[in-house]
Amino acid sequence: MFTPERSLLVAGFMLVANLAVAADGPGLGQPITAADLAPWDISVGPDGVGLPSGKGTVQQGEAVYAAKCQACHGEKGAGRPNDVLVGGQGSLPGDKPALKTVGSFWPYPTTFFDYVRRAMPWNEPKSLTSDEIYAVSAYIFNLNGIIKADEVMDAQTLPKVQMPNRDGFTPFPRTAKVD
Amino acid sequence: MGKRREPDGLEPVAGNGLLNRRLFLERALAAGAGGAALSVSAANAEPLTVPKWTLEPGASFNPYGKPSKFEDKVVRQFAPPANPATQGVGSSRTPHHLLDGMITPNSLHFERSHGGVPDIDPAQHKILIHGLVKRPLTFTIESLMRYPMTSRISFIECGGNSGGLSAAQPAVLNVQGIHGLLSCAEWTGVKLSTLLDEAGIDPAAKWILAEGADSQSVSRSIPLAKALDDVIVCLFQNGERIRPENGYPVRLLVPGYSGNMNIKWLRRIKLVSAPVMTKDETSKYTILLPTGKAWQFVLPLEVKSMITRPSPGINLGGQGYHEISGLAWSGNGKITKVEVSADGGKSWAPAALQEPILSKAVTRFRAPWNWNGGPAVLQSRATDDTGMVQPSRAQIIAERGLRGQYHFNAIQSWAVDEKGVLANVHA
Ligand code: HEC
Repeated sequence: MFTPERSLLVAGFMLVANLAVAADGPGLGQPITAADLAPWDISVGPDGVGLPSGKGTVQQGEAVYAAKCQACHGEKGAGRPNDVLVGGQGSLPGDKPALKTVGSFWPYPTTFFDYVRRAMPWNEPKSLTSDEIYAVSAYIFNLNGIIKADEVMDAQTLPKVQMPNRDGFTPFPRTAKVD
Repeated sequence: MGKRREPDGLEPVAGNGLLNRRLFLERALAAGAGGAALSVSAANAEPLTVPKWTLEPGASFNPYGKPSKFEDKVVRQFAPPANPATQGVGSSRTPHHLLDGMITPNSLHFERSHGGVPDIDPAQHKILIHGLVKRPLTFTIESLMRYPMTSRISFIECGGNSGGLSAAQPAVLNVQGIHGLLSCAEWTGVKLSTLLDEAGIDPAAKWILAEGADSQSVSRSIPLAKALDDVIVCLFQNGERIRPENGYPVRLLVPGYSGNMNIKWLRRIKLVSAPVMTKDETSKYTILLPTGKAWQFVLPLEVKSMITRPSPGINLGGQGYHEISGLAWSGNGKITKVEVSADGGKSWAPAALQEPILSKAVTRFRAPWNWNGGPAVLQSRATDDTGMVQPSRAQIIAERGLRGQYHFNAIQSWAVDEKGVLANVHA
């Protein structure tokens, strides 16, 4: 990805840098501490780093789902008017329409936590407690047959959940190598 | 052909009436022999009269201009969301059949949002850079305005653009309905590398996570190498501050990469060692193959083109001379060639490429055509400076089937019937 354009730019920049050894900006960024930036640091990667404390059960998740999700995602995640959240396993190969859901398609359990925490419920994003997000994660994973009814989701257990389509992705062959 | 040689440039160079692009490149279409050779003989024009707008003073100044009232059909198009309770999820499309040139006016730039357009007060907005950096930093909009800026004309194309072509039967849609999730603007702002350097990049960092301040906090992982290459933290769009629906007060431009990565309403950049695997890089914007595996991190939008005029709704007024015009672009570089066909791809003629031809921007192409009044299938096929040639629909289907949904860059076919009416077809 080091394009000719960029090498030209870099060459040009080095010329200028020889003339005046100065930062290429006014340096107006304001330092901020880890504690002060925490309210915005909401992303959770596949390693689970960033998951908050708290926990939730399948049963608790059923109640969260009925109150906060069902109106848009249907009973037991069946979908309508918005995305289907349950089912579709086995529908990916072939040329018939695939049913891509959390259960059939999503490779990482952490993506569900990350996404629901930032974006759902759509009309009240960022309103759920950590316990509620763990609980609704447990409920949706259980409906998809991924975890048992008595499993508890928390910062330790959730990243270890094995999603059925964990190995379903391959890098796009024609992208410049990005790693 | 009789004995008389056709005037320069008017000899067909490909089937069904395609003419030599030198008509544009080397000479204007002469009013004399050349013009006469193609035009259908017309009766004398009406005698001229002096209209009322020439006889009275016009309107005064206005603080922010608007298009002529006669152009009120030139608008973005959008469908209501599947769920009436979620207004603001979805997209609106650019009316390319009604535009020309390479720049999309700001009011017509396509929109894609997942949770509506936030109403951000620039005085209160900040961007945060943190993660694998030496010093986490925040920047106000006021401070960003003091940084050295750069401008770049670049297209942004939604990863889902042209999905209409993957319908099994040809969809009854025009260029706006099929290809309207592409626009091209001049974007101005601060190079992301400048801000990352100020924060001090930890060598362990390999990717960045970029995140919006909208209700959905849309987020995407971007390779650090790309972030340091040509990504811009944009404040201006076509000379004015970015429109709210396009990310006011600050958005990312990730030239040539899938539209969703050009995070609007940018609030946060976190340097990380590996992709975060957000919803929009796993559940969405991945390409499911017939094998059941899906391509992930399909980053650049590959070489593509479309004929914008004539096209459905912009029908042919009559036999004779017509200009075929359209746009070509590649997320991998510059357009080097566009060919057009009037016989469904049996024969091709090179189109003229209009300057400027810029990397990761749209290039306007034009080709002269003498329509004989019979059926035709118009196509365009672009090549970029990596040598990649735009595939046919059949080639794409052979490679990835019809369920890929995203980055569908197949050749578009417009059928022309004897009445000069155009329609989307699969050819
Ligand atoms: C007001 C309607 C509404 C409510 C309530 C709602 N959602 Fe959603 N949900 C949506 C919409 C709309 C989308 C698609 C957003 C987009 O296009 O980016 C979505 C997308 C999702 C997705 C992504 C699906 C996929 O396969 O990509 C998940 C997961 C999800 N919602 C979970 C939840 C959960 C869990 C709740 C309850 C805590 C919830 N939603 C409540 C409207 C809603």
